Amino acid sequence: MAIWADRNTRVLVQGLTGKEGQFHAAKCKEYGTKIVAGMTPGKGGTLVDGVPVFDTVADAREKTDCNASLIFVPPLAAADAILEAAAAGVELIVCITEGIPARDEAMVMQALANGGSRLIGPNCPGIISPGKAKLGIMPAHIHKEGSVGVVSRSGTLTYEAVDQLTKLGLGQSTCVGIGGDPVPGTNFVDVLDAFNRDPETEAVVMIGEIGGSAEEEAAEFVKKNVRKPVVAFIAGQTAPPGRRMGHAGAIISGGKGTAKEKIEALRAAGIHVAATPAEIGITMARALGRA
Amino acid sequence: MKVHEYQAKEILAHYGVAIPRGRLVTRPEEARAAASDLGGRVVVKAQVHAGGRGKAGGVKLAVDAEEAFRAAKQILGMKLVSKQTGPEGRIVHKVLVEEALEIARELYLGVVLDRTVGLPVMMASKFGGMEIEEVAAEHPEAILKEHFDPCQGLQAYQARKLGFALELSGETLKKFVKFVTALARAYNESDATLAEINPLLITGGGEVLALDAKMNFDDNAIARHPEIAAMRDLDEEDPLEVEASKFDLNYIKLDGNIGCMVNGAGLAMATMDIIKHHGGAPANFLDVGGGASQEQVENAFRILLSDPGVKAVLINIFGGIVRCDMIAAGVVAAAKSLKVKVPIVVRLQGTNVEEGRRILAESGLKLQPADTMADAAAAVVAAAR
Repeated sequence: MAIWADRNTRVLVQGLTGKEGQFHAAKCKEYGTKIVAGMTPGKGGTLVDGVPVFDTVADAREKTDCNASLIFVPPLAAADAILEAAAAGVELIVCITEGIPARDEAMVMQALANGGSRLIGPNCPGIISPGKAKLGIMPAHIHKEGSVGVVSRSGTLTYEAVDQLTKLGLGQSTCVGIGGDPVPGTNFVDVLDAFNRDPETEAVVMIGEIGGSAEEEAAEFVKKNVRKPVVAFIAGQTAPPGRRMGHAGAIISGGKGTAKEKIEALRAAGIHVAATPAEIGITMARALGRA
Repeated sequence: MKVHEYQAKEILAHYGVAIPRGRLVTRPEEARAAASDLGGRVVVKAQVHAGGRGKAGGVKLAVDAEEAFRAAKQILGMKLVSKQTGPEGRIVHKVLVEEALEIARELYLGVVLDRTVGLPVMMASKFGGMEIEEVAAEHPEAILKEHFDPCQGLQAYQARKLGFALELSGETLKKFVKFVTALARAYNESDATLAEINPLLITGGGEVLALDAKMNFDDNAIARHPEIAAMRDLDEEDPLEVEASKFDLNYIKLDGNIGCMVNGAGLAMATMDIIKHHGGAPANFLDVGGGASQEQVENAFRILLSDPGVKAVLINIFGGIVRCDMIAAGVVAAAKSLKVKVPIVVRLQGTNVEEGRRILAESGLKLQPADTMADAAAAVVAAAR
């Protein structure tokens, strides 16, 4: 078991013919992920590393039975790519693209609200279920199959956390990067809920950052529903208010969304909060009684 | 991206939002002429990207053209220091001369993205002139909210609902509805992240006008709006941040003495945090981003080191998309060409890490390698002392 991505995931890559798409699709394939199709309008009928490319997602879905899509297209074309995948009935859509306008994202979220597709991202590293499937840009070799679920708003900080876990012998069930934008397609609560139901996941690492109130909502959910140990880290304890710290969503506005508030909410929910980013792994080991 | 009040009003007027008559001037004589054209009684307002202008002496009422001249003379060239500018303040280069209107009521209107539901929200309150955060803290029930779908826009019934709750009626209500729907359209169609009218003025004659206006825009969408992009005022931004933005680098200057170069926003924030935890102070936030090229790393290095406050540098890279060998080559090339004098601690992890470490070790430069984030932070804090 793992959540959302496993050996049965059949992946379409939107933007496979681009430099990024081709590079990362090859890495995912190398990891054992079933990359069954590519899609770039106007390049239908060609092959990239032996993978057939289609003009439309609907075509790719009909011919290859893909049930997931991994998106590498430029930011102003990304909303269209997500909506095309959803319209074709693709169940899992993972959008790596960074820099999508917030208005496009709001429109996409409204369109997906009543559909059957789950969107992960945008502006995220993707999802990996170690030993099973990788749909994303994370370095595969730092992961290890196991039972800790990881969910994060960050990319490289997630790698840092995963690396610490692996070095301590704590493998991962699934690692989900929900992305750094203000309104992600999948939020902390969605992922925590899935990990909570997954029998293979015995504990969860949650990496948040300043801005918004998603961590507070997650804390509330954990308090009510989750009995598995949860370890958290919040980045941006030293970030100045009113400045966008790289991620579109990482901004303290009107004095709200500070790391301090989030840490207090997490602690109040019984979540183990790591004091520094260097202690995420060890905090989990302690929570599991293995340190 | 931020714009000045006069620019926000230009954009809003384009969408049909009612604004007072006014003129932007850069010399006191022009302020005199503008005042006499506007009927004598005017308000002279400093144009800087910061709130708190009134308290800082940047907004003055003038009863005639001569007083407008004197007010403009005082404000133009002044160093305006408010809560939002920080102690270094801002030099005022432009003032907006606007007709002074009779005030019957001051209300508040603002549009932002409500992250909890993923939709824009129009907020209204009867406490015009107060900061919305203050209202939220003291009178949360007084903030009225109407969410709207960006595809449909804010509907007239929603605007009426706000108007009735604010006890408006008759012609004023009609004008208010037109104002609110135009404001929502301006926010939506210009890809704004904030459109705030504070205060919204109701005159004795029942007119509805934007007395002040503030708009911020989504950097991710600015390419769709060349006319707004052209409004960017580089005088209002930190020169190093402007330089960084030319290379698509996310750089934010801070007060400390440890320069940081990190890949990824979350890791960059976490690196600042761990420096603080070890008793140091970060000089900046700098994210070299996902697909950073060697040239970009060099640019990042140059920008980081042009801050004279930097006494040591911490480079923390976890290679995913960015390969460690590429970062290492960039660091070595930049350190050599810039003849770097300050100590540099480098921590590399991830893709091609061995190759990256080899490049650093064989560079002949005094680069201090570190294994973990904690080691790196401790080393750089010691080096900066």
